[in-house]
Amino acid sequence: MERQGNSPADDIPLTLIVEGTHGPVIHATNRTARTMGVQIGARVVDMRAICPELQTEYADREGDKAALERLVLWARRWCPWTASDGADGLILDTTGSAHLFGDEDAMLIEMETQFSLLGLTSRLAIAPTQGAAWALARFGTVRSICTEGEIAQRLSPLSVSGLRLSAETVLLLQRLGLKTIGALMNVPRLSLARRFVKAALTANPLVRLDQALGKLAEPVASVEAKPRFSAQSRLPEPIFDPAPYLPQLCDNLCDALQNAGMGCRYLNLTVYRTDGDVSHIDVATAASTRDPVHLHSLFRDKLERINPGFGFDLITLTAGGVEAIQIVQTQLGGEAHSDLQLTQLLDRLTAKFGPRSVSYPVVYESHVPERAQRRISNFGAPPPQTAELIKERPIRLLDIPEEVHVLYAVPEGPPAQFIWRRKNHRVTRYAGPERIAPEWWKDRPGTRLRDYFKIEDQTGRRIWLYREGLHEDGRGGDPRWFIHGMFA
Amino acid sequence: MEPIFLQKKKFSHPQQAGPVRHTLSEVFPETATDAAALAYVLSCLPRTHAPILWVQDHLSARETGRPYLAGIGAGRAIITINLSRPVDVLWTLENSLRCHTLAAVIGELWGDPNAVDFTATKRLALRSEASNVPCWLIRHAATPNLSAARARWRIGSAPSALHPHDQQAPGMPRWSLDLFRAHHARPAKWTVTYDRTTDCVDPLPLPRNREVGARDGTARQLTG
Repeated sequence: MERQGNSPADDIPLTLIVEGTHGPVIHATNRTARTMGVQIGARVVDMRAICPELQTEYADREGDKAALERLVLWARRWCPWTASDGADGLILDTTGSAHLFGDEDAMLIEMETQFSLLGLTSRLAIAPTQGAAWALARFGTVRSICTEGEIAQRLSPLSVSGLRLSAETVLLLQRLGLKTIGALMNVPRLSLARRFVKAALTANPLVRLDQALGKLAEPVASVEAKPRFSAQSRLPEPIFDPAPYLPQLCDNLCDALQNAGMGCRYLNLTVYRTDGDVSHIDVATAASTRDPVHLHSLFRDKLERINPGFGFDLITLTAGGVEAIQIVQTQLGGEAHSDLQLTQLLDRLTAKFGPRSVSYPVVYESHVPERAQRRISNFGAPPPQTAELIKERPIRLLDIPEEVHVLYAVPEGPPAQFIWRRKNHRVTRYAGPERIAPEWWKDRPGTRLRDYFKIEDQTGRRIWLYREGLHEDGRGGDPRWFIHGMFA
Repeated sequence: MEPIFLQKKKFSHPQQAGPVRHTLSEVFPETATDAAALAYVLSCLPRTHAPILWVQDHLSARETGRPYLAGIGAGRAIITINLSRPVDVLWTLENSLRCHTLAAVIGELWGDPNAVDFTATKRLALRSEASNVPCWLIRHAATPNLSAARARWRIGSAPSALHPHDQQAPGMPRWSLDLFRAHHARPAKWTVTYDRTTDCVDPLPLPRNREVGARDGTARQLTG
């Protein structure tokens, strides 16, 4: 798939790369690079040797996948049953829909035109089975159309890699001298079945052949398009403040959601300005909802962030993260839903103070104290809590450990006296040390280990003190002392 | 419908007479970095699985640290809100007190901001009483000015109990509690021992108990 936007000219060899085991490898190339001999799957350094002016760009595989998913739904304009196939293919079940475009030839030309208008190169084929269409699209003639009776005839000159097999299996078949599908078809079934009896689907030429010839069923699993909920209001003349229209929009949207039995997690308010610009506000909720009053309240402090420019004349409100919600009554007394109250409170707080201010601390499995707690945001499912900790830990932890000035160092144990925040602390009792080594798989080399002491000072305050490193450990000078937390 | 709370062993808490009515309490740690006040607040909260809403302003988070779940116990669900302005802390506290599902609402403020006055605390106290959700206001490095809090505490750490196995190590924590103003009780002072394993707060045995007194001199000085 080609990247949109600022792509260089066609005569520059361009490749998309991904990180491989031994450095970056080529993921996709343009035509110029292909003619210069750049191969997909080869390492970038090798290909630079062939083609020094090669330009590289990191591939966005997630983005490609998402784009393909959108394309699956976009392709519903030709037939109702579409699905994605691998990373770069679409399967359209066009049974009974070709006559709408004239005939199958006309339909293929129409499809190719539409795809090229999107900036996509397409290779199309129509066949009675998925496997045959796959092979013909990739290895057959341009816009080939194959009818029911001629599958075997059309497939037999094609290479065995047209059978959707893994690379190792193709290599194996070629070593066996089976270069074309026709050659494979001539091999007795029994010996093929015996040879590949335990092979997986992508390594089993017999099953793939049967699928391509239609002897084995291979249904297409289509994805269901999610309904899109949005409300809009067209204004007779440009205005500067969307606030008076918002309650009505929320009501309309929530009515639509209510009728469909759905709730939404995100809302997007977009205003279309008269000067052609668009500005939008997004809000999110902690649980799916369709309460118009609540949704309206989330926008309360955000509306001034919209830049109206010279006014706008179209407002749309779109629901995102739509999912089915069921109405349950938890209490017989007719009181308000209690969980709902909390999620609505958190939504309000997030809308007012931003998503970074609201968080759930959760325990995480790590020995390093500052990593043993993580903060997760409001809008994810909370992970299950881990088991109770055995070691005693402070109830407060400083974000950044604070260094103390040691007055009387003692060879064993914590210093007898130290200064922290300009106050003198005398250690009366202590427990420890508890040694916590750095996590070598995560920390930088040279990170020093820590010896933690729980100390009590002269006023009775219990403090978590640690010494960073050891004498003569070769990782810096004398060890320093830090305060990391406070005990009950 | 009145929520049912598991009653725990209490010494002479002024709010525990009759059915549990929660209200606003204010706590002044003796020194800003003393965690005893927070530990006492946590030990006072009802034992439910409902979440605690913990609001901190920027300064108190930076100067005194953040609640650390590994020490508090992962059994408690905590929702932390980090804000920069004290006014926002009060706004959040007031709005969260409408929510009956919370086990408690804790607010931490640093210093004496102008926003925290009699009116603001009165609003919090009335909200808390109306929804019956305990609200604790922890005032680090603050002076106890005029306030409508129903109970006001000054809490600090005291030298801990003797460790049963290690002479040198600090044992069970002890706190000195000073209830210097309360609506429904007489102001008083206690020194209490906190048992982490059972999560209960016991007043220190009186010094006339010779066995305990002879073993631990520091406690006698404090209670005497």
